[in-house]
Amino acid sequence: MKHIAMTALFVGALAVSACSNDRFGNGRFGGGSGDFVAGSPSDPRSPAYFNQTIGDRVLFAVDQSTLSPEAVQVLTQQATWLMENTSYTAVIEGHADEQGTREYNLALGARRASAVQNFLIDRGVAPNRLQTVSYGKERPLEICSDELCYSKNRRAVTVLAAGAITS
Amino acid sequence: MHMRLSIPPKVVQMNRFAPVSADFSPVVEGGAEFMPKLSKTKRGSRAMKRTSEQMKRGLKKVSCLMAACAVLAAGALTPMAATAQSSGPLRIEITDGVIEPLPFAIPDFVAEDGGASDFARSISRVIAADLASTGLFREIPQDAFISGISNFSSPVAYADWKAINAQALITGAVSSSGDSINVKFRVFDVFSGQPLGEGLQFSGGAGGWRRMAHKVADIVYSRITGESGYFDSRVVFVAESGPKNARRKRLAIMDYDGANVQYLTDSSALVLAPRFSPQGDRVLYTSYETGFPQVYVLDVATVGRRVLSSQEGTMTFAPRFSPDGRTVVYSLSAGGNTDLYTMDIASGQARRLTQAPSIETAPSFSPDGSKIVFESDRSGSQQLYVMPATGGEATRISFGQGRYGTPVWSPRGDLIAFTKQNAGRFHIGVMRTDGSEERLLTASFLDEGPTWSPNGRVIMFTRESQGASGEASLYSVDITGRNLRRVLTEGAASDPAWSPLLN
Repeated sequence: MKHIAMTALFVGALAVSACSNDRFGNGRFGGGSGDFVAGSPSDPRSPAYFNQTIGDRVLFAVDQSTLSPEAVQVLTQQATWLMENTSYTAVIEGHADEQGTREYNLALGARRASAVQNFLIDRGVAPNRLQTVSYGKERPLEICSDELCYSKNRRAVTVLAAGAITS
Repeated sequence: MHMRLSIPPKVVQMNRFAPVSADFSPVVEGGAEFMPKLSKTKRGSRAMKRTSEQMKRGLKKVSCLMAACAVLAAGALTPMAATAQSSGPLRIEITDGVIEPLPFAIPDFVAEDGGASDFARSISRVIAADLASTGLFREIPQDAFISGISNFSSPVAYADWKAINAQALITGAVSSSGDSINVKFRVFDVFSGQPLGEGLQFSGGAGGWRRMAHKVADIVYSRITGESGYFDSRVVFVAESGPKNARRKRLAIMDYDGANVQYLTDSSALVLAPRFSPQGDRVLYTSYETGFPQVYVLDVATVGRRVLSSQEGTMTFAPRFSPDGRTVVYSLSAGGNTDLYTMDIASGQARRLTQAPSIETAPSFSPDGSKIVFESDRSGSQQLYVMPATGGEATRISFGQGRYGTPVWSPRGDLIAFTKQNAGRFHIGVMRTDGSEERLLTASFLDEGPTWSPNGRVIMFTRESQGASGEASLYSVDITGRNLRRVLTEGAASDPAWSPLLN
């Protein structure tokens, strides 16, 4: 499971203290909210480009794991990027909003992560470069208790790591 | 594999209860010759007779201790041990009026020597708190007392206790010897002017004084209600800290009433949903220690832990022990699909129980080990199902509005507690094992994860408050829906799991 440590190292080295002290990737390394990440968003080979310009996450409807047309668009570009930047691997994190029981949401997050993984594999990304993990409702990005926040929390985030998956 | 321990050594102290509790075996107190004994059958038949009379009279207030409590017990959803002898199923829905709690008096226990004075009052206060917290009993304030108890052996002035309407009187005394204390007590049925059962005593290390108090309270509860108690028990839970988007969680264990908190893990890895073994010696839980959720089993005495199963590319969660403690049932997610498995702990042999593209999770064994209740969205939404413990055809048991999850079989075997989500609200509820007689006990923004008290009378659960500053806390509620209470914890807390009664 070295890739996790490598993710943290990789981002941590460049992002200084932008991440929380949680030692597991929780999606907060990703772009979109002004996080300072590796490289420049205008450099198409940089993780910052992947995270911010393409977008590292896709969103889901309530209790669903079906990819929306918007999600398909983002994931198509993610697949292209991953095919062109083969030194990166990724862990796809599935998340749910807080409207649901803890264990069901873990299973739902697993479905969401898997939907993204399957899409990327279908588009040609080598399966051994992709892993999935579900956080269920344990790692919300937004903390209010209404749909504005919930819609952003129902997500799957493709978290890049440098190097091959070793586990 | 065994993981590194990162626990402060004081946790080990907690486990010194094992040898101490060997000293707790109740001893019938000597020198109690003045206490007339009523045979159980005699008292039982009297209670039964009075109960049926009271029922005929429309449940008016009763004056006899035993009759009062037989009525209390009969008021519960399920027939209890005490009411097996009563004259028919009386069921009360949660919308019904509150039953009058039984008034009891407990004068401070007598300290029989200087070393006991530190404990005598404290022990009687814990007993009073235990009984009052059930909602079935009401303590009469000490300033209402007409007479006191300064000598444990003196005859009881029943008239003085009757005058303040104390239906039960609990007296006791504490003596000390070195690091040990001895607690003796008696229970009296004031209105019939009789002791209720024999005097008993416990002795043990002074550090275990709260447990001795809980044991006394369990016996008092049991004598009056006819069912076993739940006060000498513990709860394992998740202690939470930090903001909502970066929660830190660690496993903790405490007495059922929130006292004596000890931490079992640090918060370096996210941990979820611990569950006690039927013997109370081990805890199953889910940890993100490796970065991926996996089920671990932790030995409470040594705090040593090991991963139950680690299969590349899978996640495991939602574990629960079988009633014999040898098997674990859990969910395993692979390729986005979640199914149920069992694993023999000794051999590590896994067996797949379900094979469906739907989510199958939150399994719980029936107390006889023959069945498993679980949740599945195979119908399109989360619902409850029962299947044989070896897998096979499952029968849906939940049919009401909304979604049902986290089913837990009652230790009595007669009810299943669950979380229900409907119209934007969460509820804790109970239903019979065939799904009939569903009743919701609570309602809030987010209630979930019921766990049963050892006697199947009380349910503890997580309640999370709404909004950006939302926080989890523990609550308990009676299976009749009465007596909703917050369980006081130092910080935020979630995912409680109740132990069996300690020995």
